[in-house]
Amino acid sequence: MSAVTQSRYAAAYDTVAPALPGRDLPWLSKRRLDALAQFAAGGFPSPREEEWRYTNVSAIEKKLFSPLLAAPASEVDQAWIDSYRLQDAWSIVLLNGRFSAELSKLASLPDMVLVLGMAEALAQHPERVESHLGKAVADSEHGFVAFNTAWFSDGLFVHIPAKQVLAKPLQLLHVVTEPDALATTRNLIVVDPMAQAEIVETYTGADCAYLSAGVSEVFVGANADLALYKLQAESTKAYHFGGTYAVQARDARFAHHNYAFGGLLARSDIHADLDQASACLLNGLYVGGKRQHIDNHTRINHLKPYATSRELYKGVLDDRARGVFQGRVIVAEDAQKTDSEMSNRNLLLSNDAEADTKPQLEIYADDVKCGHGVTVGQLDEKSVFYLQSRGVDEETARNMLTFAFANEMVDKIKIRELHDLVLGELLQRFPQQGVEKAWL
Amino acid sequence: MLSIKNLHVSVGDKPILKGINLEIKAGEIHAIMGPNGSGKSTLSHVLSGKAGYTVTEGSVTYQGMDLIEMAPEIRAREGVFLAFQYPVEIPGVSNIYLLKAALNAVRKHHGQPEVDAMDFLTLVKNKVKLLEMDEKFLYRAVNEGFSGGEKKRNEILQMAIMEPKLCILDETDSGLDIDALKIVADGVNSLRSPERAFVMVTHYQRLLDYIKPDMVHVLAHGRIVKSGGPELALELEEKGYGWLEAA
Repeated sequence: MSAVTQSRYAAAYDTVAPALPGRDLPWLSKRRLDALAQFAAGGFPSPREEEWRYTNVSAIEKKLFSPLLAAPASEVDQAWIDSYRLQDAWSIVLLNGRFSAELSKLASLPDMVLVLGMAEALAQHPERVESHLGKAVADSEHGFVAFNTAWFSDGLFVHIPAKQVLAKPLQLLHVVTEPDALATTRNLIVVDPMAQAEIVETYTGADCAYLSAGVSEVFVGANADLALYKLQAESTKAYHFGGTYAVQARDARFAHHNYAFGGLLARSDIHADLDQASACLLNGLYVGGKRQHIDNHTRINHLKPYATSRELYKGVLDDRARGVFQGRVIVAEDAQKTDSEMSNRNLLLSNDAEADTKPQLEIYADDVKCGHGVTVGQLDEKSVFYLQSRGVDEETARNMLTFAFANEMVDKIKIRELHDLVLGELLQRFPQQGVEKAWL
Repeated sequence: MLSIKNLHVSVGDKPILKGINLEIKAGEIHAIMGPNGSGKSTLSHVLSGKAGYTVTEGSVTYQGMDLIEMAPEIRAREGVFLAFQYPVEIPGVSNIYLLKAALNAVRKHHGQPEVDAMDFLTLVKNKVKLLEMDEKFLYRAVNEGFSGGEKKRNEILQMAIMEPKLCILDETDSGLDIDALKIVADGVNSLRSPERAFVMVTHYQRLLDYIKPDMVHVLAHGRIVKSGGPELALELEEKGYGWLEAA
């Protein structure tokens, strides 16, 4: 069916390839060609694949998004970019899929911490990239991963050495300004044993159609602590794929907070492999309206004993929006004493909105504690009445409760500036009258 | 202030209240006692406007208005306040947000301007002190993770801010230890005034040791089977409800 459209991207590859970084690295060229062959054979994922059952990306095949081979002619709106930038943070800007040194702010990074654009990392430390690229996710995972390996134009390479505690968050700001642009970034985040860091990924773009297709591979060392936040505030005309694949060493703590507001069609993968006694926390919020389709796919692999995982995803869907949640927890035979809880709660605000939720527990060990719960529904009428009994009219009560349902997830953000940024996205959709922002 | 005449209420096809008559004047405190299943909670729910109850007969007049016809929020703005037996947890809405929304809803209803942020904070902090609550409670989500006593105190805090005329306390005693009960009772007593009436629905006589009622009514099988002064409560404590239920 899609053989013709696949070849459109594959056929265009020869024009793209010369502009991709790492051309002089034979190992990378081989990796890219293997990935290209895999993508050419399989294309983007189809709903026939179980883990893409509810999400049809064929529109991406029909359009032909192209990477920008030269800098865009138009001036970049700095103020707009700054509206998404955390001031009390180091920030890296990837403009249309390419690292922009002039827009990034990396002054006074600790000496031992390495933060580089991926193209630069391939030039300066190719061996470090080689030893991590593809180690947290294989190209065989699905078409977007293979596509990313073949096409990635830049990205971020972060290395935080052992015992280093990053004093401020590191923000990775993905910005797309051009219509029909393809932004394919590959990020490697390496946190060595006992180090600690907070990293924020922010995705946004101009009000036009484009494709952002990023993959992040994350390595959390023994007893290290990494909190990764993702704010997906893409244009509602855009297509977004973002995959985060984490490997947690023994006793490592990894928290991923995923806030999805944008995209016409947006899909995020968050996968984590858990070694002994590691802890994984996955929080998510997706808010969709109009004809948005937002899919979040999580997978937690309990590979060894004593690890814990907690997961809570909430969705608010209005108009004809569709939200998809697939959460898999796999407990290997060796992963005794696993403690895992997964929950997905959806609020449907219109009769035409839809939530598809599919929690999956696959347990091969016999001494574990695993639970999951799912709800799809409307607001709790007891809460509506409680607010009415305090003088609040029904419409306002419902608006407050809808906001509150989502705000519970925003409240979990520990970085103040980011909290306010995400809260702002929420308030745009569900305005709250007559209340100080600090009280929300 | 409140006049209940021959009130019959059903849930679905099942009659729960079967002809309640009750007159409550400003400044009075009435206690409504009774065994489980007598219809006590139904009465407080019907007065506050909770959905799911059908008034099949009779009337409830509040300050000359037909209370049954009024939406729950209008009742609240007109001064009817229900302190819930089980206060609802609302994750994501801070206490202070709800308090301000509640106060402004009342003020707007009476043609008053919205309260100024600074004045509001001063007002709220004073009330918080009165109820021996930590100011941090203001910024926590409504009732979320509160202990039983904290939830009940929070109800009284809302009452103190909204300054209602008719306060209905639904099983305020239940789940409270003696220290928490004293604080809640002190809060209620501080709100007593000649303009304000209280209806205390309670299973336990203990509450009446701390908040002295003018009248005690015993509800059984959907009817008021006996009314009397505070001494009736003591009699109930001694004899239980059996002798009245049989009657």
